[in-house]
Amino acid sequence: MVTNFQSHYIPNTIAEQDELLAAVGLSSVDDLFSDIPDDYRNPPLRLPDPMSELEIQRELGAMAGRNRPLSSGPSFLGAGSYYHFIPSIVKAVMTRGEFLTAYTPYQPEVSQGTLQVIFEFQTMISALYGMEVANAGMYDGATSLAEAVLMACRVTRRQQVVVSDTVAPAYRQVIATYCQAQGIAIDIVRTADIGASVTEATAGVVAQYPNFYGGLDDLAALAATAHDDGALLVVSADPLAMGMLKPPGEFGADIVTGEGQPIGIPPSFGGPYLGLFSCKQQYIRQMPSRLVGRTTDTQGRTGYVLTLQTREQHIRRERATSNICTNEALYALASTIYLAAMGRQGLRQVAELCYHKSHYAASAIGGLDGYSLPQSGEFFQEFVVTCPEAPAKINRRLMERNILGGLDVSDRFENGMLLCVTEMNSREDIDLLVDALSAEK
Amino acid sequence: MLNKGGNRDTTSLLMDRSVPGRVGVITPGLDVPAAPLPDAAYLRDDLPLPEVSEPEVVQYFTSLSQLNFSIDTHFYPLGSCTMKYNPKINDEVAFLPGFAGIHPQQPAEQSQGALELLCRLQDFLTEVTGMAATSLATLAGAHGELGGVLMMRAYHLARGDSGRTKMGIPDSAHGTNPASAAMAGFDVVTIPSDADGNTDLAALREIASDDLAGVMITLPSTLGLFDTNILEVCQIVHDCGGLVYGDGANMNALLGRAKLGELGFDVCHLNLHKTFSTPHGGGGPGAGPVCCGENLAPYLAAPVVAVNDAGEYSLAEPEQSIGKISGFHGNFGVLVRAYTYIRTLGAAGLLSISGNAVLNANYIMESLKDIYELPYDRTCMHEVVFSADRQRERGVSGLEVAKRLLDYGFHAPTMYFPLIVHEALMIEPTESETKETLDAFIDALRVIDSEATSEPELVQHAPHTTPVSRLDEATAARRPVLRWEAAAD
Repeated sequence: MVTNFQSHYIPNTIAEQDELLAAVGLSSVDDLFSDIPDDYRNPPLRLPDPMSELEIQRELGAMAGRNRPLSSGPSFLGAGSYYHFIPSIVKAVMTRGEFLTAYTPYQPEVSQGTLQVIFEFQTMISALYGMEVANAGMYDGATSLAEAVLMACRVTRRQQVVVSDTVAPAYRQVIATYCQAQGIAIDIVRTADIGASVTEATAGVVAQYPNFYGGLDDLAALAATAHDDGALLVVSADPLAMGMLKPPGEFGADIVTGEGQPIGIPPSFGGPYLGLFSCKQQYIRQMPSRLVGRTTDTQGRTGYVLTLQTREQHIRRERATSNICTNEALYALASTIYLAAMGRQGLRQVAELCYHKSHYAASAIGGLDGYSLPQSGEFFQEFVVTCPEAPAKINRRLMERNILGGLDVSDRFENGMLLCVTEMNSREDIDLLVDALSAEK
Repeated sequence: MLNKGGNRDTTSLLMDRSVPGRVGVITPGLDVPAAPLPDAAYLRDDLPLPEVSEPEVVQYFTSLSQLNFSIDTHFYPLGSCTMKYNPKINDEVAFLPGFAGIHPQQPAEQSQGALELLCRLQDFLTEVTGMAATSLATLAGAHGELGGVLMMRAYHLARGDSGRTKMGIPDSAHGTNPASAAMAGFDVVTIPSDADGNTDLAALREIASDDLAGVMITLPSTLGLFDTNILEVCQIVHDCGGLVYGDGANMNALLGRAKLGELGFDVCHLNLHKTFSTPHGGGGPGAGPVCCGENLAPYLAAPVVAVNDAGEYSLAEPEQSIGKISGFHGNFGVLVRAYTYIRTLGAAGLLSISGNAVLNANYIMESLKDIYELPYDRTCMHEVVFSADRQRERGVSGLEVAKRLLDYGFHAPTMYFPLIVHEALMIEPTESETKETLDAFIDALRVIDSEATSEPELVQHAPHTTPVSRLDEATAARRPVLRWEAAAD
């Protein structure tokens, strides 16, 4: 089949293609594909006709218009994806073609931009988490935690982990998917029961900080419990909360992972996000994914390279620490720009805004007739409220006022709704929510 | 110190630039009463992040970007990576507030446009691969492989066939294939290639028994060749009860030319960041959707998008799903870009993509095979694999040839891969380049070959014009410095 379609993405014209064909001694493009068995060559391809960019803009604009963006009204949904402010410079810089359209930096001489960014990223993520080493990133928070579970098993040569039931349900499911073929036993227990569940066969204790329901678990106690039996403490931590909270590393965590979305990445219906992954220095040779290290060139100038690659699949193949190859480098860049701009003062200020606003909201909602706060203890920006009726019903009526309510967690708390308040919610937004809930009772 | 690339100085890191009191962002004031802070045991003392102003951030990162080669600035013929043009409209639509600004757990009625896009993309990819169903939940090529081989495992186990512990993988395969098979609990058995670069059928028959779960085949292979034994390969594997996995990394060659499902593959992944033009971003994000036949569809990773008779879209979990494999519904922003690409090109455009990608590779092959060793002298697909053995005889390695290309303003080909070709140089031009660029690249490789004779040291010590010269990787690995430290400078 010969096609005369001239795409704007393909420079060579039919005439130029004919020149190239002549040079290779063939008469048609179809001849290039003669190795494909005849009966299977050129199957019908049923796809819509090509469209101009103008038409594409209209079609995609219309599809986007049938979704409700978080910016279109007060929004209080968190639960693993968070609505935070992103300075305009993040997109402006990360979409530069030199970053956007480069490959993995396998040729360091012409990839110093990407490599130095990753080195900055590793520096900032280890600083946020209070850890010695961070890698160049994983796919997302869920897969990062699952890989940490596998790593804890490799480090300890044990095949059982104890996972707190306050770890995000989706994260627990992804851990189960990653472990299903490796003979690893996963015990999901209440945080209070972790101590009783850890034995000398336990590879790791897995917790989330703040946990999925917003609360702050006692990481120091979990570290002691894990270490007493030679297990590792693995924590998935919100990087933005690290603007004010003591990092897991200071509590003795051995591997700290996280979802990088809150620091400079839009919610984007769940991806692309960014897996954060850090650990103690002694475990670096068991880490998954890429690492960038500093070195010098033949003239003594400082430069950066991918390093410790013998851990990775392209060298070690079936004995690699992970199969991961492509990760989320562009979003590691986004987070690095975000953290550079926020800096020492800005990140603390944002974290504190989330903290104070969520406490203001929790206090007001907890005081409404029919509503209560079922959890005591410290929290960061998310909290559960017990509602007078099913959260799904309340959320529908909130949406009539163009307010996006919280996640239905009635599987764990009777009529429970998990609400999230960030710096994006003004006092007016919060008061609107409180008024609306008040009208629901 | 002098600048490295003529732009602003990038030699110092952010923490070196930090000046107490500088701010990069002004945050809004607190408009609610302050709550008491948590117990001090929960609060951190110090936050060791830099303090720099907004212009410094923009200037620093922009200057860093200029140290990179990229598709937008350089020809990037990196074999097996499909470094094609990344259309800007794709980025623009992915950033629309109705896409970038929606939460993954909003009720389905608030995200019908997004779900419809995903559902249509599932259908497009199912059609392109000739399969029956697709899941978009996997976030990269290797992630798709993991999902796919876990599905193969689940399929066998569901039939009570628990003795299938082996996965056959060609010696030319990407490292991710054996690594993914190992993560799914399989023992890897290597399948050699025959003299023509095809799967060695005799070797395959030897491992085809009731302990073989399946094979992972890259088509075209990493040698850049269409495996002319492919129908027999599928037959042999199926006859012993095994399944055939297709690594779709090289699908750019086959768009509209052949469908894996029709050839006999049971399951495959696609690299949207290769074939479907989404930007590599310096190493991701990608997307690695998994497409499969009816036999494996019940095992697809969750979620998939379903549509009912009323035209309402929702997320669904296949009945015997291997489970959730990522936090939400896949790399949506990447999926939007791929959807836009397919919609822009249609069937005619995709055919033109594969035709031009393969034509360009064959043009390079024909133009250089008189001076660079061509281990498999037959029509290639989207990429050509040379050996630098003849240059090696003159003391210049494949790596040095590749590094010398950087001086001529071309990104290096993939080197020393596939492992079965000595001194391999794997060149993938894609469909995006002009004849003029291809000719300039061919000229550069011819000049480098003559330099290997006339001035071998020039090639051996290349590159000479890049921001840094050859870097000491051995020391980097022996004494790893993986983050900034105040005392280290």
